Amino acid sequence: MKSGSNLERLLEKGEFVVTGELGPPKGPDVEVVKKKAAMLKGNVDAVNITDNQTAIVRMSSIAAAKILIDEGLEPNMQMVARDRNRIAMMSDLFGASALGIKNMLCLSGDHQTFGNHPEAKNVFDIDSIQMIYMVKTMRDEKKVVCGDEIEGDFKMFIGAASNPFADPFQYRVHRLAKKVEAGVDFIQTQCIYDMKRFKEFMKQVVDMGLHEKCKILAGVTPLKSVGMARYMAANVSGIIIPEEMIDRLKGAGKGNVATEGIKILCEQIQELREMEGIAGIHLMAIEWEHKVPEIVEMAGLLPRPTA
Amino acid sequence: MITADRKPFEEIKESVKDYEKIMVLGCETCVAVCQAGGEKEAEILASELRLAFGNEGKKIEVNDELVVRQCDDEFMADPAFLEKVKEADIILSIACGVGVQHACNYFNRVIKDKPIRVIPGLNTTFMGANIDVGLWEERCLGCGDCVLEKTGGICPITRCAKSLLNGPCGGSSNGKCEINKELDCAWHLIIERLETLSELDRIKPIEMYKDWRSSHSGGPRKRVREDLRL
Repeated sequence: MKSGSNLERLLEKGEFVVTGELGPPKGPDVEVVKKKAAMLKGNVDAVNITDNQTAIVRMSSIAAAKILIDEGLEPNMQMVARDRNRIAMMSDLFGASALGIKNMLCLSGDHQTFGNHPEAKNVFDIDSIQMIYMVKTMRDEKKVVCGDEIEGDFKMFIGAASNPFADPFQYRVHRLAKKVEAGVDFIQTQCIYDMKRFKEFMKQVVDMGLHEKCKILAGVTPLKSVGMARYMAANVSGIIIPEEMIDRLKGAGKGNVATEGIKILCEQIQELREMEGIAGIHLMAIEWEHKVPEIVEMAGLLPRPTA
Repeated sequence: MITADRKPFEEIKESVKDYEKIMVLGCETCVAVCQAGGEKEAEILASELRLAFGNEGKKIEVNDELVVRQCDDEFMADPAFLEKVKEADIILSIACGVGVQHACNYFNRVIKDKPIRVIPGLNTTFMGANIDVGLWEERCLGCGDCVLEKTGGICPITRCAKSLLNGPCGGSSNGKCEINKELDCAWHLIIERLETLSELDRIKPIEMYKDWRSSHSGGPRKRVREDLRL
């Protein structure tokens, strides 16, 4: 076992895993974390804790992850390269490990121009691929970047993101291959709406055998409204929402759009379950955590297995 | 070249309002090429200041001068020029930040009997190229360890908003950067260029951590050529 996390054990057993996502509050309000955690508990196998997503200041992912552990859930701590240099990253990783955090996600991070402090200086000392390699070296060679020995046992299940919908499309699989080479254990993809393009991507992944070297969780997000779909398609980096899907939501009629959105999502999950190389889903129900129990129930993903 | 933009006129006016004899000092090299601080710009700024203060009935004398390079002693050593510097209450330099600092340091080194005030009239922006008429773009951050041979001659450190060495990130869309749809994704350009060169394999291996000591992260830099020193 690389980390002994629930997520790692389930993936090793070949279970179709479900990870959720929790955005910490814009302040120290513990209750917000606990409330969202309660909605996810028993419905997902691990929960991503975002790290100042979209560059908006929030409670640190490490602190929120520790609260989650105390609530009986397993966190997947996100870490972005935007705000920390290698010194701060490694220090925070030791701290996270000491607090019992066993999964992490290595990300570049949204540029600070998106957030509420666009005047901030960014760091980007190392990138997400170098971060994967760094964490792997810390875990497997027990060394920090400079080569100094680590005191104690550092365990971590190393995740990263992949966006099959960014450009240039033909290069995306090669960037995933670089993450695999760097030592990633699992991948969570960007939200999938364009299933045709995702299938093309997965074919390349399978042809290159990358799904045998790391576990791939397909990212999904329910569409709450036509407005949300249009907003995401226009403003969120690397999201493609086919026009037919938006038409289908519109066709559901007033009052039924959210239900239709969940129905579409369940169909997608079914399709993904049958797709070669997919080891699970990453369900990002952003500010819709209370719908997660209903979604996983409807998608036939309950009860969650025990490791 | 080094590019710069003139500071807002009101800011410049505010910074010189307490002085009577002002010298606007242009620089004939980089900032003249990017039309921010050359001879013509020095003349225009001086006359704008004369007009603005004149309208307020304020007694003020504004002259403009030009040197070839404010970042080099030899172009500022003319005794007649130094006499004019000494006579001014303030030098409003419209060179880049290097020129402002160097001129200030030089004047105070060679003029012993009076401290010389030098303030900037420009905001220095970047090291870039003149892409088209009236268009300049940043091309080099001076990191001190060039990677252009691996990246098809396109600098990811400067032109990728996240300075990724293993790009592109997930925000690259239709060849544009996530932070601005007007901005090319550097990694998209790199991949396209390497494809045309049949050199895409160059970016297949992981590019390891960069040693930033050669950049400003290692502290202010100094370049010494012992063979050229006396």
